[in-house]
Amino acid sequence: MITVDIHRRIGDFTLKAAFSTQSGVTVLFGRSGAGKSMLVDTLAGLVKPDGGRIIVGDRILFDSEQGINLPPERRRLGYVFQNARLFPHLTVRRNLTYGMHRIPEDERRHGFDDIVSLLDISALLNRRPGQLSGGEKQRIAIGRALLASPKLLLMDEPLAALDEPLRNEIIPFIEDLRDSLKVPIVYVSHSVDEVLRLADTLVLISEGSVTACGPVETVMNDMALWPVAGGFEVGTVIAARVTGQDKVFGLTDLSFSGHRLRVPGLGVHIGSQLRLRVRARDVALALNRPTNISVLNVIEGKVSQIRDTGEPQVDVLVDIGVPLISRITRKSMHDLGLAPGRKVFAMIKAVAIDRNSIGHGGPVL
Amino acid sequence: MWTPTLAEAEILLLSLKVAAVSVVFSLPCGLLVAWFLARRRFPGRTALDALVHLPLILPPVVVGYLLLLFLGRNGIVGAWLYEVFGITIAFTWKGAAIASAVMGFPLMVRAIRLSLEGVDRGFESAARTLGAGPVRVFMTVTLPLILPGVLSGTILAFARSLGEFGATIAFVSNIPGETRTLPLALFTAIQSASGDATAARLVVISVVLALVTLIASEVMARRITVRFGA
Repeated sequence: MITVDIHRRIGDFTLKAAFSTQSGVTVLFGRSGAGKSMLVDTLAGLVKPDGGRIIVGDRILFDSEQGINLPPERRRLGYVFQNARLFPHLTVRRNLTYGMHRIPEDERRHGFDDIVSLLDISALLNRRPGQLSGGEKQRIAIGRALLASPKLLLMDEPLAALDEPLRNEIIPFIEDLRDSLKVPIVYVSHSVDEVLRLADTLVLISEGSVTACGPVETVMNDMALWPVAGGFEVGTVIAARVTGQDKVFGLTDLSFSGHRLRVPGLGVHIGSQLRLRVRARDVALALNRPTNISVLNVIEGKVSQIRDTGEPQVDVLVDIGVPLISRITRKSMHDLGLAPGRKVFAMIKAVAIDRNSIGHGGPVL
Repeated sequence: MWTPTLAEAEILLLSLKVAAVSVVFSLPCGLLVAWFLARRRFPGRTALDALVHLPLILPPVVVGYLLLLFLGRNGIVGAWLYEVFGITIAFTWKGAAIASAVMGFPLMVRAIRLSLEGVDRGFESAARTLGAGPVRVFMTVTLPLILPGVLSGTILAFARSLGEFGATIAFVSNIPGETRTLPLALFTAIQSASGDATAARLVVISVVLALVTLIASEVMARRITVRFGA
């Protein structure tokens, strides 16, 4: 349990953040310059807020009223920086053990060998940071933070400096931390993919303030928040359960709210829960159930809301048991005579859902 | 094989002793002052900066004379040192070391300060979050990272010390076996009518010493670079 309520003013920028989250992964999401990094630095104790309080678990890290302000070295928070910040004068092994050595042995929660094998870095131990790739550096930075047995792991856009393939190489490791080590994580990001794959709780930050805080599905499906959030492409997040595998065609069956959704094979176990994101532009609408078409997923629903900002395209919210957003042209809306209450068939191409649109699951509705 | 005479060896050893002692004792002060100048904003910072640089600008003889005023047997600090501890500094090799230290100090501080300003503070923040307090962060992260700067500052101060003349002769005079370092011995030889041969030999010793210092610093600098794996 993390409770944050702090404010800080620098020049004409004011950071005023209040939120609280349970364990798991909390993603701080927002545009660059929104104050996310400053917020994380504040949690770590590297930046002192003007006032407020920060509580992690049962420990008060900062409380201006009680005059408490623990220095960073006594906060016991791990911090993975965007650019790794490995000590260039130390070998990988000594980087990893830097924080571990300062923790009494009976308080160490993760073994050195376990972390090394979890992050797959045993071959790198005797190298120096100058000889590592960006992805390797970031894995070691994660290991270094974990070995200090943090009560909470802070990650400030740890993947931002990496290119796409490297990102996909690191994300599974972070998923592993969350699932097998059960370390609570506060993760700064401006990537929807990362939110989807990693987040349990989403905290939306805009111009120094928290504009929303809650479960990923709730926050990401809130149409009113899209303009504030910026950056993420409009879409719907749906919690689903894996119900079957089609071996012949290599497809995976997902179910949610009594519907079946077929997507390209995911390599996940039947029965596991996951969360997928359907981009609004990948959803087409029809008035009658279409036949003889290539689209595998056709779901009946009812138009519940239309967001028309006067642009050539509009966003249509379709109730299919859960909300589903479809982005179509205003012309199509007129031609089909779409209005709230109208029965429609939503079509989702299976191939539009890829690995990056799928994350670990919350409860299926 | 050309070998130095006993007298020359004595001069060489005295020079090395004075230079080494001056560097060893000024290094901790140099680190401290450089750290304050690079990292802290405090009232009087500009004044401290100017004071540190003063020996670089003032004629060395002025520095030597000022040292004599302060640390001489009748000087403000010197009299007190003599009465309380029975220590005499003026006209001893210790005084020569102090004169060298003062003259080399600006060079040392500048080099260390520059490298301190070049250190990515992010490494220090990272170390803090890993449980290291400020002192430990300095010892385990900052100091290793500025080692090249510390090394070059030390070498500069050491070299400056080997060549120190004006402040030394004003403060501790030119006493054979006590304060007559290489430059002073060379000066003495030049002054005497029959000293040409002696002077030539001392010049050779000076050149060799300078070269050895230079090579040693290069070797050490290279080792540090290799260690960083750059």
